[in-house]
Amino acid sequence: MTAEDLLRITNLTVRHGSTLALDALSLTVRRDEMFVLLGASGSGKTTLLRAIAGFAAPAAGSIELAGKDLTGQPPHRRPVNTVFQSYALFPHLTVAANVAFGLRHLGREATAARVAEMLALVRMEGYADRRPHQLSGGQQQRVALARGLAPRPALLLLDEPLSALDRSLRAETRQELVRLRRQLGTSFILVTHDQEEALTMADRIGVIRDGRMTQVGTAAEVYEHPNSRFVAEFLGSANVLSGMVRPDGVTLDILGSNHPIVTVVHSPPGAILLALRPERLRLDETGGPNRLVGVLVSSTYAGETLCHTVRVAEGAEIRVTETLRDGLAARDGLAGAGPKSGSAVTVSWSADACILLPP
Amino acid sequence: MNRVLVLAPVWAWLVVLLAAPLGIVAAISLAGQADGVPPYTLGVTLESFHAIIDDALYRDALLLSLRVAAISTLLCLLVGYPMALAIANAPPAWRNPLLLALMLPFWTGFLMRINAWIGLLADDGWIVGAASWLFGGPVRLLYTDAALYIGMVYTYLPFMVLPLYASLSRLDPILQEAAADLGAPPLARLVRVTLPLSRPGIAAGCTLVFIPAVGEYVIPELLGGPGAQLAGRVLWGEFFSNRDWPMASALAIALLLVLVVVPALLRSLIGSGLPGWRRLPLR
Repeated sequence: MTAEDLLRITNLTVRHGSTLALDALSLTVRRDEMFVLLGASGSGKTTLLRAIAGFAAPAAGSIELAGKDLTGQPPHRRPVNTVFQSYALFPHLTVAANVAFGLRHLGREATAARVAEMLALVRMEGYADRRPHQLSGGQQQRVALARGLAPRPALLLLDEPLSALDRSLRAETRQELVRLRRQLGTSFILVTHDQEEALTMADRIGVIRDGRMTQVGTAAEVYEHPNSRFVAEFLGSANVLSGMVRPDGVTLDILGSNHPIVTVVHSPPGAILLALRPERLRLDETGGPNRLVGVLVSSTYAGETLCHTVRVAEGAEIRVTETLRDGLAARDGLAGAGPKSGSAVTVSWSADACILLPP
Repeated sequence: MNRVLVLAPVWAWLVVLLAAPLGIVAAISLAGQADGVPPYTLGVTLESFHAIIDDALYRDALLLSLRVAAISTLLCLLVGYPMALAIANAPPAWRNPLLLALMLPFWTGFLMRINAWIGLLADDGWIVGAASWLFGGPVRLLYTDAALYIGMVYTYLPFMVLPLYASLSRLDPILQEAAADLGAPPLARLVRVTLPLSRPGIAAGCTLVFIPAVGEYVIPELLGGPGAQLAGRVLWGEFFSNRDWPMASALAIALLLVLVVVPALLRSLIGSGLPGWRRLPLR
């Protein structure tokens, strides 16, 4: 354990009845970082958060915070606070009393000062005497955040804190959370199933699947160098094709035929998977030395992008995303001049767009 | 028109069986006493009501009734709250059997159950025997205030537990977790979260126990001592022994007034003790 490590989880196993919610999971969270736990529903991410807070009893393993073993401690003895997904504000208390709830150890004046400070931090100064049901969802979320931060926890856990907010508010709150965390220097563990949220907010991302950490790294590391098919498909929904590494180069296995491709990464000989990000592919021959010929199945307009599906072999379809920098009209001169569905197209990509994964 | 027809039986019921008898009782309470059949002369006199205020017998009976009802309500709350909490926190499969067990005594007649208590609390009963051995001296229970309160709590406990349970089982368990997460140990969670949020249940339970307890006649008569001259007992005596119907009616009306005023006070004390309480959404 180095000086910058704050939380160390070792071989943590949690059972829900007969199912294994966490399977010997290990994880280290550093001081002063935003750690985002990314996973699908049922992956165990919320269970991990509950185990850290003390609400899920582990069957095995340990949780260490700043060198102290927390494993057997009840929730009220852990210097960790949670922002719950439903916010869980106390309906019978005012906003100020909610924020002051965890400040019993402070005196009256220190409590009032801390509450004012926290409400200012989340820009809710004018709402101290309101009750939770008089606030909007976004305001409740801010109060929940202020309440969790008020006792100055060593670590703040946030369980999908943005999921109940509408889209425009969510983007704004994301920035706000990152700014606030930097300002305080407190480590946050934020749970989400939203990859965009994870990529934009995280100092480091941990991808969790079936109760295990699949990959941990910075957003760029996890996105550019996924270590498994699951991570490549979960983050950025990559195209995955099977191939083979031979002594003389890499081939793609399309319809039984071997199609040589150029890569920059190398891998020991044997079967591999090739992951290709849709946005790194081109629907013409300008993309690079690697080419596949296919039939355009469909093109879907999605505002800033155009998403194409190309069938390169029977049962093998590739998604290609084209960014419309100046809109659809600028790309085609006039709308409708691009390739039509059913026409033959060439998909091309560069050598460094190839991500090799274990099968 | 249909609306009138549909509601007619309800109105008829209310008028014939509630409003009319109440009117008759009110009229008799204002009548003068007479020796004869019927034992009153209609008129308007406040003689009987003056007697309730002036005569220590009636005044004390009313005050004692309020006192006994208040203590019984408090005892029911102290015993019932942990029970309701335990049932609300029990595994879901256990809740209905536990509630059923709570209601089980109602399957036997009320008088039979009170008579059973006479046997249980009697001087040669095993409870007195055990208590005498424990305290190292003779103990008497039957025909004392202790027996009175045992009977009252025994009888009225379900009326306290059911509304408390209804209110406690609706509390979101995430609030308990939030309180624990913010450093509150179990007892603090009870005092700072569970109790204030179950105020509506406490108010309902106290009202349901207090109202019938004030007018209780059977339990003080069968289990209580001779000193337990409660309003119900005095009223019975006025009506059947003294044949003073106006006095009995005036007592009944006075009791009714007390029962309307006291719960209203209780409600404003417990139910809306916090500003803005009424605006709270009671899920």
